[in-house]
Amino acid sequence: MSKKLAGFGAAGLILLLLTLVVSLGIGSVHLPVREIGAMLLHRLPGIGDSIVPNWEASSEQILMKVRLPRILLGMLVGASLAIAGAAFQGVLRNPLADPFTLGVSSGAALGAASLIFYGMEYSFAGGYTLPLVAFLTGAGTLWVVLLLARDQGKLPIHGLILSGVVMQSFLGAVVSFLTVMSKDTVNQILYWTMGSLSMRGWSYTAILFPYFIAGFIYLWSRSRALNILSLGERQAAHMGVNVDRLKTSVLIVATLLAAAAVSVSGVIGFVGLVVPHMIRLITGSDYRVIVPLSALGGAIFMVWCDTAARSVLAPMEIPLGVVTAFIGAPFFAYLLYRNKKRRREALT
Amino acid sequence: MITARGLGKAYGKMPILAGMDLHIGEGEWWGIIGPNGSGKSTLMQLLSGVESPTEGNVTLLGRELGSYGRKALARIVAVLQQEGLEPTDFTVREVLEMGRFPFLNWLGREEKDAEPLIEAIIKKLDLNGLEERRLTELSGGQRQRVALGKIMVQEPSLLMLDEPTTYLDIRYQLQFMDMVAEWRNTSGITVISVLHDLNLAAQFCDKLLVLDQGKIAGIGTPEEVLTAAYIRRIFRVEPAIVTHPENGAPQVLLTANRASYAGGLPHIDPGCKMEAEEEGDRFIDQ
Repeated sequence: MSKKLAGFGAAGLILLLLTLVVSLGIGSVHLPVREIGAMLLHRLPGIGDSIVPNWEASSEQILMKVRLPRILLGMLVGASLAIAGAAFQGVLRNPLADPFTLGVSSGAALGAASLIFYGMEYSFAGGYTLPLVAFLTGAGTLWVVLLLARDQGKLPIHGLILSGVVMQSFLGAVVSFLTVMSKDTVNQILYWTMGSLSMRGWSYTAILFPYFIAGFIYLWSRSRALNILSLGERQAAHMGVNVDRLKTSVLIVATLLAAAAVSVSGVIGFVGLVVPHMIRLITGSDYRVIVPLSALGGAIFMVWCDTAARSVLAPMEIPLGVVTAFIGAPFFAYLLYRNKKRRREALT
Repeated sequence: MITARGLGKAYGKMPILAGMDLHIGEGEWWGIIGPNGSGKSTLMQLLSGVESPTEGNVTLLGRELGSYGRKALARIVAVLQQEGLEPTDFTVREVLEMGRFPFLNWLGREEKDAEPLIEAIIKKLDLNGLEERRLTELSGGQRQRVALGKIMVQEPSLLMLDEPTTYLDIRYQLQFMDMVAEWRNTSGITVISVLHDLNLAAQFCDKLLVLDQGKIAGIGTPEEVLTAAYIRRIFRVEPAIVTHPENGAPQVLLTANRASYAGGLPHIDPGCKMEAEEEGDRFIDQ
C-alpha cells in the first residue's frame, strides 16, 4: 500500500506542480514559464532576495491578483469535490454516488438562487453573503435528508439515496422556477448553477482552505474502515467497525466539504463522480490510496478544466460545469474501455 | 463463555424469538439446527451483538453484550457469514490484514507485529501462492478459505458460523469443517454454528440446539437430539437414522416421499396445451 501511494503520490505531485506553472502562463496575456518561476520564487522568504525582478509590474499583478488565486481555488474546489465523492461512493457502496447525491448541490443552489432573485447577494455579510447562505442551505438539506432516511436509529442506504434524490428533484424544481420567474437575472442564477471560478480573489481561497484540510484529514483517517465496509456492512460490524457512526460522520463531513466547495464556485458536477473512479481504475480499491490520490487528481483535473473554460473561447468564459463534463466523460469512457481490454487480455 | 436469559426479539408486534435461556461453556462446539424461519439467523445476530434484543439479555464473559464497544467485541467474537466475502478488488493478503482491525489504535498501528501470525495462517490454510491474487480472481471455495483465514487473524475466543458451507461442494464442505475442528483443537475456542446439514452437525458438534418457531425445542448431544421421532416432529419429514460406521455419530437418511406423486402428474387438457403452444409461437415471432 505505502509503496503504491508513494509512487503514484510523487507522480501526482509533480503533475500538480507542472499544471500550476503551465496554467499560470495561459491566458489573454501570455506569461513565459521562466518568468512565472522567478516571480513565485521571489515571493518565497529566504531565497526570494537572491532573485532580481526583471519583469513588468503588470505581469506580476496578473499573476498574483488574478491567476494564482483562481488556480489555487480551482485546486481546492477540485480536491474537495473529489474526496467528497470518494467518501460517498465508499459509504453508500454505490458507484453512482457523488458529493451531490444527498441533495447538497440543490440546497446550496436554492439558497444562492433566492439571494440572486431578490437581489440580496451583498445584503448582510458583503461578498461573503452568497457563499455563507449557500453553505447553510446546502448543510440544511443534508440535515433534512438524514432525518428522512433515519429508521430506528439506523441509516439504510436505499433510504438515504431515495431521500437525496427526492430532495434534489424538489429543490431543483424550485430553482428552475426562480430562474424562469426572474426576468433580468436569469443568466446569473443559471451561471451559478453551472459553476465558475472567475473573479473570486484570495478571500474565497482562504474560506475553503481550512474546510479542505480538516475534511481531508478526517476522511483519510477513516479510509481503513471504509476498506472494511466494502466487504459488506454486517461483515464490517463483526470486524469492529461501528457502521452507523462511520456512515453518519463520513456523510456529514463529505457533505459539508462539498457544500463549502459549491458555496464558493457554484455547482460543478462530474468531478466528484469521475475522479475517484479514475483513481480506482488506475490503482485499485484501497481507500488509503484513493482518498489522497483523488485529492491530487481532482485538483489537477479542475485546473485544466478551468484553464480550458477561460481560454478556449476567450474572452468569453464557458461554464465550468460544462467543461468538466466535456472533458471528464470521454476520458472516463476511455479508462473504462482500457480496463475492460486489459482484463480480457489477462484472461487469455 | 456466553449466556442468554429470557432472550427475545420482535419486529414490531411480530415475535421472531422468545424466552430463550441457554449457557454455552468455554471450548464447546454448539450446532444450531431447525427448519427455515425458526429464528436461527436471528439468534446468531443477537448472540454476536449486531442486533439488540427486545427482551432479556446476553452476557459474554460475565459482561452484558451491549456494554462492549464494537472493537472490543470484535476482539472476542468473530463471525463467518453464509455469503462469505464479497468479491472485491482487494488481494488475499490485504483481506487477511483487515482481520487485525480490532487491534489497531487510532493511528492504525498495533503493538504486536501481526506479520508472523498472518504468514502462519496462510500456510495453515494452504493459501500459499494466492497472497497477491484479488478476491475477484478466486473460486468460491478459495474465497471461503480466505474468509476463514481473516477470522483466524482476528484471534477470537468465540467463533460464530452462520451456515458457512452453504455454497461449497462436498469436498470443500468437509475441508472447511475439518479446518475449524483443527483450529478448535489447537486453540480451544468456543464455536457456535448454524448448520443445515444435520449429518455434518452430528459429526462435529458437542451439543445441538433445536429451534422451532422461535423457541428452543430441545438441547442435547447429537445422539439425544437426532432421533427419528424428533426430526419427524420438527422438520416434518420421514427419516431413517443410522450410525456412522467409522465414528458412531447418528446420521439422518431421507427417502423421497413417493406418496405425494401417487396417481401420476395432473392431467393436462388438450385444449390448454394448444393455447400454450400458440403462446410459445407468439414469443418466437417477437
